[in-house]
Amino acid sequence: MTHPFPFSAIVGQEEMKQAMILTAIDASIGGVLVFGDRGTGKSTAVRALAALLPPIRAVKGCPVNSAKAGEVPEWANLESKRTHERPTPVVDLPLGATEDRVTGALDIEKALARGEKAFEPGLLARANRGYLYIDEVNLLEDHIVDLLLDVAQSGENLVEREGLSIRHPARFVLIGSGNPEEGELRPQLLDRFGLSVEVSSPQDIETRIAVIKRRDAYENDNTAFMLRWQAEDAAIRDRILTARKALRKLKTPDQTLRDVAEVCLALGSDGLRGELTLLKAARAHAAWRNDTAITRSHVRTVAPLALRHRLRRDPLDEAGTGARVGRILEDVLG
Amino acid sequence: MADVWHNGLLALRLLAQNHALGGLVLRARAGPVREAFLQAAEERLGPITKLHPAMTDETLLGGIDLAATLASGEVVLKQGLLQANSRILLAMAERASPAFTARLTRHLDQYGGPMILCDEGATLEEFAPDALSDRLAFHVDLTDVSLSDISRRPAGHADKNNTDQIVDPSTQIVEIAQHFGIDSLRAPSFALVAAKAHAALSGRDTVVSGDIGAACALVYAHRATLIPDSPPPPSQKSESDIGQTQQSQDRLPDDLVLEAVKAMLPDDLLDRVAAAKARGGKGSGSGALQRGNRRGRPLPARAGRRDNARIDLMATLRTAVPWQTIRRRDTGTDRLHVRASDIRNRQFAAKTDRLLIFAVDASGSAALARLAEAKGAVELLLAQAYSRRDHVALISFRGDAAQTLLPPTRSIVQTKRRLAGLPGGGGTPLAAGLDAALLQALTARRKGITPTICLLTDGRANIARDGTANRQQAAADATQSAAQIRAAGIEALVIDTGHRPAEALRTLAQTLSAPYLPLPRANAERLSRAVQTALAD
Repeated sequence: MTHPFPFSAIVGQEEMKQAMILTAIDASIGGVLVFGDRGTGKSTAVRALAALLPPIRAVKGCPVNSAKAGEVPEWANLESKRTHERPTPVVDLPLGATEDRVTGALDIEKALARGEKAFEPGLLARANRGYLYIDEVNLLEDHIVDLLLDVAQSGENLVEREGLSIRHPARFVLIGSGNPEEGELRPQLLDRFGLSVEVSSPQDIETRIAVIKRRDAYENDNTAFMLRWQAEDAAIRDRILTARKALRKLKTPDQTLRDVAEVCLALGSDGLRGELTLLKAARAHAAWRNDTAITRSHVRTVAPLALRHRLRRDPLDEAGTGARVGRILEDVLG
Repeated sequence: MADVWHNGLLALRLLAQNHALGGLVLRARAGPVREAFLQAAEERLGPITKLHPAMTDETLLGGIDLAATLASGEVVLKQGLLQANSRILLAMAERASPAFTARLTRHLDQYGGPMILCDEGATLEEFAPDALSDRLAFHVDLTDVSLSDISRRPAGHADKNNTDQIVDPSTQIVEIAQHFGIDSLRAPSFALVAAKAHAALSGRDTVVSGDIGAACALVYAHRATLIPDSPPPPSQKSESDIGQTQQSQDRLPDDLVLEAVKAMLPDDLLDRVAAAKARGGKGSGSGALQRGNRRGRPLPARAGRRDNARIDLMATLRTAVPWQTIRRRDTGTDRLHVRASDIRNRQFAAKTDRLLIFAVDASGSAALARLAEAKGAVELLLAQAYSRRDHVALISFRGDAAQTLLPPTRSIVQTKRRLAGLPGGGGTPLAAGLDAALLQALTARRKGITPTICLLTDGRANIARDGTANRQQAAADATQSAAQIRAAGIEALVIDTGHRPAEALRTLAQTLSAPYLPLPRANAERLSRAVQTALAD
């Protein structure tokens, strides 16, 4: 496959697309968790996202994609520190990856051949300033989960071994996908994801036909298809860039802060991370809509995304947490 | 059965035509039939790389060849088996771990097929991982095919003559998927590709209805969750419908295609759906996985010095090897340098023991109905529990309280004896029964045993927790107890032993988030089989 399926050509699944765009506007929102059945386009969307994201400026050859020459770590041993434009990194973290591959380890090649102590960066280094994608995140080994939590919290990866002490920035947006039938996610990791989305196959026949037709066009008439949809992707990309700029000027009225706090209080979500994420997501959404101030409608739109996975489980509630968020929103915001 | 064989070959031809179809799941025991099929696959697809689920990342994805590197003093890289153009055959696919599965799904997403999964599962509970089989278009089940079938000509296909051109194959294919209750969108996608490949095989560049029939039959049969209602016979159409008939002529034979797919539906479709549903929940089989350093299936070695842990010598040496040059230089001595930080410990994942807690309703209403049958079913389950080394506990509830007849034990003989002597009669204190089961389950869990509650009742609760005969209060109490069990995350299973399925009991099962098995008029053997399916791995 030469090009991944374009992001804009994905039929439906608006919530998932929305969540991914919000993190592209403001990376500090945190990650996105996509839970749903097989064959609903989870992996397709993530791989499409890589092609959609605006490029970043980074020092050429820098293992952690530093933006400025001064930030390049010493162990990288770069000669020229010229910057160039490169696509936003989207790194796949496979299940069962060893700790060494994730954090980085001694460069075996150099150590054996030349007896040099050099550091070979791992996946965390490559994902810096970009995205880290974990498919089937609910099946991830516990010790890798712990490690990710640690790094996600500090934004820094620390490798310490016998005269090899490496510290490098590792700030990334975590995207996890999984099928809830195969296993639950630990609450600690659940909380780390800023937004969460539940996807399901579209149930109306027209949408399903549209999905199949686009897939067919993608496979059989690739050039024309890409030409058409890459233009759409470019439009989204421009809008993301505009929104990033608008984000700085966006005003947050006190009333919004009060609303956000009230919603979270009413839902009884644990900790303050819910409030922060909801606020950030609402801001990003307002910026995306090109509005000048945050209103209740922004909060209302993104609240299910930001809060759904932070509620305590209620064994008697069959409707799912999304419906509960909806009910509370109705009560609090009217 | 010759048809199955020839359909399998057709699937191979389509796969050779277009690798975007992913591949096929081959369910068959090892034997001459499977050999013949794999040979046919190799002829059509080209040389096949064989994998097995215990392969490590280095073998799959490549890495440094340590032996060669050490021997030559230069870094020698080894290529992995998963290459862009490799044709993959995975043996014993039903044993693939999630991590291994993830490697292959990624490979499929990135490079596409073809890939053949050999599924040697003996029962419905053993099957190739869903994440993989969903990404492969076809499913070929050669279990019942004999060698003599291979040489036999297939029965003639009715749809050979269907050469009506289809203007809009996508719509038709999606609609057919709907009829069979197929949710995943990969299925119609595959069917469309397969239909086109089928047309190309016949040298056509447009899709005719015969192509769609063949493609849907191959792609949908094993994914179906519904059997569509039979279409009304054509004679019922009145003359005035002619206009309509003509209109639908260009995308006509939905019915024909439906029939073609239906002809290929497995006989045990409903059992399969039931099995799939049962394992969809948390109702998974034997005890939960527990990590340890003593026994069980080996996991990748971990760093660190845990007391009493067993050292993984190979992994430790592998960690130490890259440092040798550096350490020799640092210390000036020419020997093997292994430092504490190199030490890797063995890790194992062992399945914890499982405790089956039978909560048996011995009240008057149940006793009349089928206490004897329930007893028979429990006995059959006991035999299976024995072969799996499960623990068993027996609780009965009748009159105004529950009684633990047998604390957790592995003694099957004792359980049988207590069960035979189980008296019946009195009211139905369902809540008390559930509470007793929960208590037993929590105790077991503290000992590191994974409990499963198996509730056999007719659901007609009429004794409240405080012992009063109050139907409403009794039902409310039972719901509350069930919610507690669920909140504690204990797996459960509800078997309705009443004459008719009781709606109240179905609701209770939902509260427990447990599979609900209404078995009016079932014999002990069927009951036991149903339980076994629901509890399967």
